[in-house]
Amino acid sequence: MVAAAAREIRDGELVFVGMRLPMIAFALAKRTHAPRATGLFENGIIRDTPAPALLYTMGDPPNLFQATFCGDMISVMSLLQQGRVNVGFLGAAEVDRFGNLNTTWGRRNGQTVRLPGSGGACDIAGLSQRTVVILAHDRERLVARVGYITSPGNGDGAGWRRARGLPARSGPSAIITTMGVLRFGEDGEAFLASVHPGIRVEEALSNTGWPLRVADNLEVTPDPSEDELRVIREIDPDHFWTKT
Amino acid sequence: MTGAAHSKLVSMQQAISEHVPSGSSVLMGAELEQMIPFSAGHEIIRQGRRDLTLVGPISDILFDQMIGAGCVSRVMAAWVGNASAGVGYCFRRAVERAIPNAIETVDYTNFTLAMALHAAALGVPFLPTYAALGSDLLKSNGNLCEFISPVNEDRLIAVRALQPDVAIVPVQRADAAGNSHLWGNLGVAIDGARASRKVIVVAEEIVAPEVIASDPNRTLIPGFLVAAVVHEPWGAHPSPVQGYYGRDHAFFAEYHEQSRNQEDFERWLERWVLKTPSRVEYIMQLGNARTADLRTREHAFTAPADFGF
Repeated sequence: MVAAAAREIRDGELVFVGMRLPMIAFALAKRTHAPRATGLFENGIIRDTPAPALLYTMGDPPNLFQATFCGDMISVMSLLQQGRVNVGFLGAAEVDRFGNLNTTWGRRNGQTVRLPGSGGACDIAGLSQRTVVILAHDRERLVARVGYITSPGNGDGAGWRRARGLPARSGPSAIITTMGVLRFGEDGEAFLASVHPGIRVEEALSNTGWPLRVADNLEVTPDPSEDELRVIREIDPDHFWTKT
Repeated sequence: MTGAAHSKLVSMQQAISEHVPSGSSVLMGAELEQMIPFSAGHEIIRQGRRDLTLVGPISDILFDQMIGAGCVSRVMAAWVGNASAGVGYCFRRAVERAIPNAIETVDYTNFTLAMALHAAALGVPFLPTYAALGSDLLKSNGNLCEFISPVNEDRLIAVRALQPDVAIVPVQRADAAGNSHLWGNLGVAIDGARASRKVIVVAEEIVAPEVIASDPNRTLIPGFLVAAVVHEPWGAHPSPVQGYYGRDHAFFAEYHEQSRNQEDFERWLERWVLKTPSRVEYIMQLGNARTADLRTREHAFTAPADFGF
């Protein structure tokens, strides 16, 4: 999952890095195929080099050491609003068929639960040219419609973002799950574009909370390369963020 | 009369007693994951403050603790939880089940909260942004209002200025008058200090005015904004202070486990806050081995900048 997420970053891009798994995906991309990518962190950090140690939060001291820039939040988030940020990376509790994210009001066993909230996710999802979401693949998380849109995807379909006033060149690009990669059609709805090695299509579909469309040219996500696995192990040797 | 400024140095107990009455709105966690004013929050809990409005983008576990201790009636934030472990259980109990009391949440995004403080720092009633368009936050947060731009007809959000009663801002070093050097990820600290009616500075070190004056670019909070200066080494633990100590990841994980239910949380609170009268005892309880492990060992000093003329 982390390797697939990292591959969404192209070399030389400005990347807005959300908390948790996105931090690992960014570090992996930097050390493999995207050495010239620049990482932006909402707390006010910009980095051209990967942090020299595992990050538990983006404010951990190694993320400031030899950073390109340290300043305030507006200095960094304003780059999003200007439209300069190529890709924003987010985790989420729930995502729906149109790529809307909910991290505010969740459901567990039929009960409403209060989740931590947007953080910078709504800003990133609204204003990045492409938004990539990383989350575990199950029916509790991939739902037909989120009960609450914390961070906007395609709303209820094509044209919704423009009608709400969001920038023309912005929106959800991929949902990377533990089972595969979902991308978005012209109509704004997600479809299954690839399944990870060892995952059956039926498995991905039955763990999705809506009738998920499957690409005509469905692919198998390339296995993580030796190089990617080695770097993941180097970044996260104690498996704090990556389980396998 | 010399130019020596009046000292604002007080104890944490005095600073909270004088400047943070019940009912206040308090900005904390302005530097995000770094330099969270835990020692100030703990003193607020010990002094039994109630009905506070907490303001801050993400607060890591400080807001969770203050909510669990019953100090809070309202939270204006973008994110409340445990940055490395996940949800904040006290926050959940308060919102979902009114334990220990009901709280109102005013949900922001990081950028809109930064804009709210920036507007107050600029002295204007609102600022426009494209952030949060399309989000359900707009339905519940009356401080985010859609409008049509008068200059290009774009749809925008007006973010209402937010002026906290008091900002509590940890810094690396300050002089006795409150002129403060801070560095690292600044989050909303500078706007937050300027936006607030009062500022309490919590400094790892108190230095001579000459040290501060040697590097005016790093003086991000001028002393005239500051009401009180507290010298409190380790005041931000378990959050990090760049150049002083790292983040105590294990402490956040332990808190996560020990706050899962209200009874366990109350035991945690008793041990680390209620029966620990000041930061000195707190650090003793933490133990030498743990502080030695967290203290910055590999220093990385900046190149000097020449302010000569």
